Formats: sequence, C-alpha cells, structure tokens
Amino acid sequence: MIRLEQVTKQFGGNRVLDKVDLEVRDGETLVIVGPSGVGKSVTLKLMVRLLTPDQGRVTVNGEIISALDGRSLEIAREKFGMLFQGGALLQWLTVGENVALPLREKTNLSEAEIVARVREKLELVGLQDDYEKWPADLSGGMRKRAGLARAVVENPRIILYDEPTSGLDPVSSRLIDDLINSLRRQMNVTSVVVTHDLHSALAIGDRITMINDGAIVETASPARFIESKNPAVKQFLAAQYITRRGVWEEGSS
Amino acid sequence: MIIRDPEFYPPPENPVTWLGRATVNPCRGAGRAVLLFLAALKAMPHVFGKRARKETVYQMFTMGIKSLTVLSVVAAFTGMILALQTGIELRRFGQEENIGTAVMMSMVREMGPFMTGLILAASVGSAIAAQMGTMMVQEEIAALEVMSINPARFLVMPRLVAMALMTPLLSFYSCILGVVGGGVVGYTQLGVPWGVYFDNAMLYVVNRDLFVGMLKALIFGVMIVVIACHQGFSARNGAVGVGNATRRTVIISFLSILLVGYFVTRLFYY
Repeated sequence: MIRLEQVTKQFGGNRVLDKVDLEVRDGETLVIVGPSGVGKSVTLKLMVRLLTPDQGRVTVNGEIISALDGRSLEIAREKFGMLFQGGALLQWLTVGENVALPLREKTNLSEAEIVARVREKLELVGLQDDYEKWPADLSGGMRKRAGLARAVVENPRIILYDEPTSGLDPVSSRLIDDLINSLRRQMNVTSVVVTHDLHSALAIGDRITMINDGAIVETASPARFIESKNPAVKQFLAAQYITRRGVWEEGSS
Repeated sequence: MIIRDPEFYPPPENPVTWLGRATVNPCRGAGRAVLLFLAALKAMPHVFGKRARKETVYQMFTMGIKSLTVLSVVAAFTGMILALQTGIELRRFGQEENIGTAVMMSMVREMGPFMTGLILAASVGSAIAAQMGTMMVQEEIAALEVMSINPARFLVMPRLVAMALMTPLLSFYSCILGVVGGGVVGYTQLGVPWGVYFDNAMLYVVNRDLFVGMLKALIFGVMIVVIACHQGFSARNGAVGVGNATRRTVIISFLSILLVGYFVTRLFYY
C-alpha cells in the first residue's frame, strides 16, 4: 500500500501540493487525473522518491520511502517499475539491451535466462520482432511499450505510469490501456497511472483521483466519478466531451 | 542519489544577498561534485565487471583515440612556437642550440598536460556534459535511479577510469610531439642540428618532471569528468539547460585546470 500523508510540495513560490492525503490499495489501479501542471507527475515522483516532500511523508507498505537514502532507498525502489512519459530508453542501447539492463546490472542470471526473460516481456507488449532495433527507430507508442517492457522485466509489485497515452493517436492509446489492464491481470500488480486522458482513466481505473489547485478534489470509482457534483470534475469531464455514463461504457466495451 | 529536487531562489533583494548567493552556490556545487567523485570512486571495484570493462575500453577509445588528431596538431605547433620564440631571443646571445632544453622543460612540466587538459575539456568534457544533460532532461537518469542502477557506477565510473588512464598517456604523447615539433623548427629555421637539439633537450629534464607532468594530466582528466558529469546531472529545462551545462563545463574546467595546475606546480617546484 502506498500512502501520502499530509504531503506538501512547493517549487519556488508555486505550491503544487498542499497537505495532500492519498492512499493506493494493494492490487488496485488508481488513476490520477487533472489539468496540466497541477502536480500529477509530482505525486507519482514523490511515491518513488524522485522528489522529496517539503512536509508530510510517503510510505510504501509501511516503510517511509520519503526518508530513505542510499542503499535502503535502492532496495525500496526494487518494488517499483516505472513508465516515463517518453519511455526514457537509453539511446545507445537496443530495445532488447534496454529491457535487459536491470537484469544484467543487478542479477546473476545467465545470458540465456536474461534473453528469454526479455523476449517474454517484449512479446507481452507486442514488440517481439523489435529486439535489435534502436530507440530512435521506434514510434512514440513503441517507445512507451518498450519502456513498459523494461519497467516490468523484474516483475515489480507496483507499476507507476506517467502519462502513458500522451502524444499517442487514439488507437495506440487504447493499445496501451489494454496493456495496462492485461499486465494487471497477469502480474497482479498495484498500478498508479497519471493521465489527463479521461477516456483512458475510465477504461483502466478501479478508482480515479482528481487533483486541482494543489488538492485532491475527488476520489471515486469510474461510475461515481462521472456522476461527481464537484465543479472542477464536471468541467474536466465536459472538456473531454464526457457528459454521461454511456459515452465511456460504449467506448470501453 | 543523483536526482535532486529543483532549487528555486527569489531574485536577490540587495547586494549582500547577491554576494552571499554568489559565494554559497558555487561552494555547494563544488561539494556536490566532490560527492559525485567519491561515489564514483566507491564504485571503482565494479570496473572489472564485464559490462563496465567493455564500457571503459569504449570510453578510452572515444576520449583518447578520437582526440588524437586535434591534440597532435596543437602539441606539434605548441612545440614549434616555443622553439621559434625562444630561438629568436636566444640567437641574439648565440645560444640558439639551447632551445631543446627550453622546449623540453616547458612541454614536460607545463604545456603538455596543460594543452591536453584544455583540449579534452573542450572536446570530451563538453560531450560528456551534453550526453548526461540530455539523459537528465529525457528522464533517462531518473529511469536508472528507479531501476536502482546507480548512475555514479553506471555512467561516471567508466568515464573516470578511462580519462584517468588516457590523459597521462595523451600528455606524454603531446610532449613527444611538441619536442619533435620544436626540433623541426630548430633544424629548419634556426640551423640547430638534430643531435645538438636532442642532447640539450635531455640535459636537464629528470624523471620527476615527467612524473609531475603526468600527475597533473591525471588530475585534469579526473576533474574534467567530474565537472562534466556534475554539470550534466544538474541540467534542467530541455535543450537550453543542456546548452548551459555544456557551456559551464568548459568554463569551469578551463578555470580549474589553470588554478589546480598552478598549485601543483607550486607544490612540487617551489
């Protein structure tokens, strides 16, 4: 379980998060939505201690990750896999080498075992024929899928997704949504997804949390979220032409 | 931990605030660079691992072999200019056969390591800063940290080892070329025979001179890598940030080479 307790984060004079409480339950997919620049990605990075809260604390399975450093932080981070916005693949390694990187650097697996594991994960994301390709030769969607294969190659318990569908065409976006759902089914992982794509959020989330003006304004199941009376949520839904339940139910079926 | 929270400072309210910040921030940067160096030093035993070994050899090739052309030209012409300038003056006293001594001492003690350091700071240092900066803004460094792969071990250490091995060798190479360049000018322009030139060149130089020169080069090499990696890891805000990191790397490296070069000379020769 990931828990943010009274977390405040400020950049210069801009208070991005103000005493935020948030809980991610084991095995669920929590989607964090909100307009650009409200602190969605900041929240995600706080969970894996890429950022440190100014006040409050972040715990993962009871361990205060926001206070860890050095080797203990490295051990705590082994629970996590993270998909970054652009995939964050190392440009001088092939797709296969990128996915194999954590295994080669941190395990004593034989080369044959590593290659087998990498091929399995690449197949999972539909890139089984792209092992030898360079990141620069991949499309945006393929790069994200390769990043996802790398994020899950060590079979983490928690996967963080930072804008997994941003910059993708609708077909690729739905492909990524399906991947998130299938990964959750196959690996039984806890997932936290940051997105501003509400169609995606409604299709993959067990719960949806909306951040606005540094605070959480709504946390609810997709069905309840779409019925929310909160003005910020209503405005956000209307901006993406989601005004009634049927729209997303038809879309996700 | 390489990834740090971005730092924001309000505009300085008065000259005292400005002065304080202008003093504290560089000290803080230097402290972080030293910590990065120590982290890379701590990771040194990993250099014998298969991947790190391969990466180190690759870095030695890109840092060393690819710098040879420019270094050769600069070293040879440095020796030639030294020979010409000193030769013209010494000729007034009929002492032009002593240019060998002047060129050799200048190249081995100062100009060899100094020119090597400056060239590597401009070429290799800027390249490292640009690469690390790009990786930083594209979240590749963050991805390494989340994978619990220490960037100091994975990225800094192989470059540090490669540079520490290559700079003394390149400095030695530039000394040889400089002295030979000086000899060419001595023979063709000043009429100093080859034999006389090289006899004079070897007359006063001692092993200690070579040792101090190569030590200087090693220190310069280590400084360049640490400064470049630290500046790269500090890059923010996309391409502009990467450009700034590269620019700062070259400036700080040049200043550090001058400063440290002086103090090493003072330590061994004063």
